Amino acid sequence: MPEATFLDATELVINMGPQHPSTHGVLRVILKLDGEKVMGTECVIGYLHRGVEKIGENRTYQQFAPYVDRMDYVAAVSNGLGYCLAVEKLMNIEAPPRAQAVRVVLTELNRIASHLLWLGTHALDIGAITPVFYCFREREEVLKIFENYCGARLTTHAFRIGGLQYETYDGFEEEVKKFCDWFLPKVDEYEELLTNNRIWMGRLKGVGVLNADECKEYGVTGPVLRAAGVKWDLRKAQPYSGYEQYDFDIPTGENGDTYDRYTVRMEEMRQATRIIRQAVDRIPSGPIMGKVPKVVKPAVGEAYVSIEAPKGELGYFIVSDNSTQPYRLRVRPPSFVNLQALDRMVRGGLVADVVAIIGTLDIVLGEVDR
Amino acid sequence: MADEQKPEGAAPPPKPAAPAHAAPPKPPATMVTTPWESDITALLKERFGEAITEFSTYLGQSFLVAKPDAVIPILEALKLELDFDYLVDITAVDYPKRAERFDVVYILYSFARNERIRVKTMIQDGARPATAVGVHVGANWLEREVFDMFGIEFEGHPDMRRILLPEEWEGYPLRKENSILRQDDAWVKENLGIESGQ
Repeated sequence: MPEATFLDATELVINMGPQHPSTHGVLRVILKLDGEKVMGTECVIGYLHRGVEKIGENRTYQQFAPYVDRMDYVAAVSNGLGYCLAVEKLMNIEAPPRAQAVRVVLTELNRIASHLLWLGTHALDIGAITPVFYCFREREEVLKIFENYCGARLTTHAFRIGGLQYETYDGFEEEVKKFCDWFLPKVDEYEELLTNNRIWMGRLKGVGVLNADECKEYGVTGPVLRAAGVKWDLRKAQPYSGYEQYDFDIPTGENGDTYDRYTVRMEEMRQATRIIRQAVDRIPSGPIMGKVPKVVKPAVGEAYVSIEAPKGELGYFIVSDNSTQPYRLRVRPPSFVNLQALDRMVRGGLVADVVAIIGTLDIVLGEVDR
Repeated sequence: MADEQKPEGAAPPPKPAAPAHAAPPKPPATMVTTPWESDITALLKERFGEAITEFSTYLGQSFLVAKPDAVIPILEALKLELDFDYLVDITAVDYPKRAERFDVVYILYSFARNERIRVKTMIQDGARPATAVGVHVGANWLEREVFDMFGIEFEGHPDMRRILLPEEWEGYPLRKENSILRQDDAWVKENLGIESGQ
């Protein structure tokens, strides 16, 4: 914590949000300032609270599946995958190989879409207006694939418990491959605009440092943890959906600052493309649904299943009492847990960096508040 | 087409007689677990003895059940001696008919061992379990959410306030007695100026 100064007497409390464009939704941050210096913050959240966990207890397992799309609405496919895996775990079933491969393709496409949205808005917050247009242009192509596949662009509800609802459409593989070929050079284009840009480096380097120990203390996961140098990704550590078959690297940073988080996410987009290319080449033929009873009624028990969502570890803890509805359904949202570290990251920094740090945490308020 | 114009109320084809074999066995009413034994359990057994009442595995996921007072020392031992340095989540489950009404569940992960375990404890309504903030800083918001949703107050927590709901809100939504439709109508009326949010 910074030393107290003579300006303490005039500590200024400023309210940022909930209606502030760079809080990425309805986040309210109360800033305590000493001149330009941030002495402390307090997050006020809950503006988007819809009681998702309570809804879960009052819906059947299948009925609840579309609700999870509405938590992290920029990565709905990941949410759905985590939920389906959790229920499948409770029922001790597994999706057939074809469904798993398609799941991987769509989930990784979603990771790209989520990171593109982050990059566009993060750059916009910092004052670089151009990238947002490019990012949304590329993201549009991903959303078109989703739309062709399941009819929805954002809240996709792409997966079902035990597999997939829909067979892939004609030309799915070609379209995905075409997207990958087209997309990779675009990442280089973004990097040309930003990576060695002096203003970009000036605004990002050394800002909002969160080292590995602090990350672990706070339970921060995802790109934020990796930027601090921890080579940990659930897709490698505890593979699910057949991720162990694919070759990919876990990008890491060194300093745990905003710039490292930027480079980690950029590389993650390339790695996601790499996974998609392998997965789409190997989609086996076969059924798309496992043997799932019409009425989903897991035996009495409980399970915690988590996946590597674009924002970090997304977990579902479900308690079943052998009825058609979960007895308790807990979502472990990465955004909520990561946001908790905001205070540590902004303390002692400048007020202008708060915006950069909120952007680099890549939170979605729908998931923070649930 | 003539075939489709069947008279209304035509009797459906008779159902085949129910097969003779017995109905499938009823699923068990409790969680069918297997005992869990490893170096973790050995160390904890030696250290905490009677305070840990169960070591089990269900679906390949290990958990232990401990007495409420022992939870924080267990978390500490797990963190310092067995590398469970990442507190994934804290949550609760409400069983209104049970004398010890709530399960409080701590999910832990160890980067070094690549292993995930759960620590569970049962507490009565109104009991104040000790906070885990002293062991894992990240417990702060997670415990606040448990308080917000279940009304479980954590002793020694630095900031025991609601986190998602407004501070003046009455009631704890995830308790089973609150149906999905029930809410704090007075708050809604006063602050939102509408009769009901439903």
